[in-house]
Amino acid sequence: MSKSILSRVLGTAAAVALGLAAAGAHADGKVKAGFIYVGPHNDGGYSQQHDMGRLEAQKNLGDKVETSYVESVPEGADAERVIRQMAASGANIIFTTSFGFMDATIKVAKQFPKVKFEHATGYKTADNVGIYNARFYEGRAVIGTMAGRLTKTNKIGYVASFPIPEVIQGINSATLAARAVNPNVTMSVVWVNSWYDPGKEAAAAQALMDQGVDVIMQHTDSPAPLQAAAQRGFWGFGQSGDMHQYAPDAQATGIVDHWGDYYTQRIQAVIDGTWKPDNTWGGFAANMVNLATFSDKLPADVKAEALKVEDDIKTGKRHPFQGPIKKQDGSEVIPAGKTLSDDELSGMNYYVEGVIGTIPN
Amino acid sequence: MSHKKVPLLRLEPRAETARVMVYAAPLIAVVLTLIGGSVLFALMGFAPHVALYNFFIAPISDTYGLSELAVKATPLVLIAIGLSLGFRANVWNIGAEGQLTIGALFGGMVALALNDLTGWYILPLEIIAGVLAGMAWAAIPAFLRTRFNTNEILVSLMLTYIAQLLLNLLVHGVLRDPAALGFPQSKAFSDSTLLPTILDGTRVTSSTIITLLIVGIAWVVVAKSFVGFQIRVAGLAPAAARYAGFRQPRLVWMTLLAGGGLAGLAGIFEVAGPIGQLQPTISPGYGFTAIIVAFLGRLHPLGILLAGLLVALSYLGGEAVQINMGMPLAVTGVFQGMLLFFLLACDVLVSYRIRWRGTGQGAVTGARAAKG
Repeated sequence: MSKSILSRVLGTAAAVALGLAAAGAHADGKVKAGFIYVGPHNDGGYSQQHDMGRLEAQKNLGDKVETSYVESVPEGADAERVIRQMAASGANIIFTTSFGFMDATIKVAKQFPKVKFEHATGYKTADNVGIYNARFYEGRAVIGTMAGRLTKTNKIGYVASFPIPEVIQGINSATLAARAVNPNVTMSVVWVNSWYDPGKEAAAAQALMDQGVDVIMQHTDSPAPLQAAAQRGFWGFGQSGDMHQYAPDAQATGIVDHWGDYYTQRIQAVIDGTWKPDNTWGGFAANMVNLATFSDKLPADVKAEALKVEDDIKTGKRHPFQGPIKKQDGSEVIPAGKTLSDDELSGMNYYVEGVIGTIPN
Repeated sequence: MSHKKVPLLRLEPRAETARVMVYAAPLIAVVLTLIGGSVLFALMGFAPHVALYNFFIAPISDTYGLSELAVKATPLVLIAIGLSLGFRANVWNIGAEGQLTIGALFGGMVALALNDLTGWYILPLEIIAGVLAGMAWAAIPAFLRTRFNTNEILVSLMLTYIAQLLLNLLVHGVLRDPAALGFPQSKAFSDSTLLPTILDGTRVTSSTIITLLIVGIAWVVVAKSFVGFQIRVAGLAPAAARYAGFRQPRLVWMTLLAGGGLAGLAGIFEVAGPIGQLQPTISPGYGFTAIIVAFLGRLHPLGILLAGLLVALSYLGGEAVQINMGMPLAVTGVFQGMLLFFLLACDVLVSYRIRWRGTGQGAVTGARAAKG
């Protein structure tokens, strides 16, 4: 280390010790938007998609907004402090992007009535707290259709995270769609009790394939299940982000979370002074759910059919949960001509016909 | 003998440790960290003085910040105190995280069972349940070690995963709040089952005061009591302890139960404090971080208190530089690592001197056995 650097650094340290330094300056006139992530901002999955949404909003709104984030915030006692610290640092709107931040968001929102809060995937709202989530099950209907066409053994496997309604919706939606095009299909589910655990996810996929499954779906965030399917020359579907690069041939397509439009609109609303707490649950039509890159190896008719399902859902011609729907035990959920309401979907705690096994409880 | 390969550099115990250096070492380490950190921040393109300000001063520049420091440090100090007793006696409880989880789970179940009642007795019951559960979890490695001579490091560590899975099972199952739309979490604890805050507008509860009391008690136990003496001798010179007739199994039991009990206490303090319900994630790894805190504080109660505050501050600072400067969390990790590295390096150099090849002679190696 040269002497000049050393002396400069020592000078710096001394300045800090004397308390002469000042905090980072606030940018005046800009709306400040803060984001809280449960994982690293570059986790290649859930949190990264939120961060890409942040960057997209930043790009769309340019000088009008200044964004910041805190990553890898545990869903325990720490969340409240981080959210509060962000509010206290002058943020105008804060997006808390994981379910476990719900109660902390509500608590801090009470203390900072002028700050707007948006909580992803939860269900509690307040005067300054809106909620948002994506209708991932719409994407599942597309990949379910594809899986029904692609399977040769008529067995589809599903690597699942936690038995919460959102995940169960996905399993049921995929199963209904697959059986609509191939009534012989069954769906086997393995729960790994984690959102991200490449080792367990791969083991789950292997176990499913050992049982004769030849198409793997996943509601976990690592590319491990997809890669496991690729190794055996089977089909898989990506999750959260586009996993094309991990298995270019084997990823038939995937479900991509897309938050950029939503974040842009909500921050714009704060800029315009028109922000109100919302309860947004958007799918293809709201551009919150996208399909990943299609594999070049995918048969053209399967791809065409997938795009048609996407389009039909987007235009409202088709609903992933339209009757008749039967539960596993054969009892009817809804008759033909009806669709499940959002409330019914939010409390979904049963498997539909065609799913093997029971929901862990 | 003389042809043995001499390493390029080696550590040689100092015949005498300068008393003043024992206390100066941490300060030197902090200064070195400030310098090293400044270089790191500058290389990353951040103004070092702003980064250091945000790291060390901004988080505790108001009452709320100070209160959050206490909230974050409380479980770390509490667990580290318990662990330090065992570490002093060469009893390696690595599973405090599991003992915390079990304490939180059982204390929390008592809270949920009494959720609709009111009464002064509810909180003490919860706390006792948490402590007993933590002790019971630590009793397993104690029993296996004293009875079958199993390794308590492995047993206590593996029990951590079992504890976590048990918690998961219950919050996904019988403890799940029916109104939570299938999400894995219990009902919120009612006011009578929550620790009241002692400072308006903050999250500081009586748990912080109890922790300070325990620090004091631990100090007395370690420095003044016969048990403390036995623990120290057992750690420094196991053969001498046996010769003196100190019963080792008893020390294993006592230190593991103390460690488990305090970890369990930290667990119930978390769920009956800032968290306020049972959920799959209770601790962000306090049980493991506390091991660092214990050693950073040289296994001394006062040292642990200071170390707990420092480590807690490094978390708060890490959040502040992310919010205020957009610094990635990884930089914070490197900075925290640097702080630990300098502290430990200074510690080593207080007790040892570096010998380069060709300087000094290895005649004093035998003296090493005399050092603790």
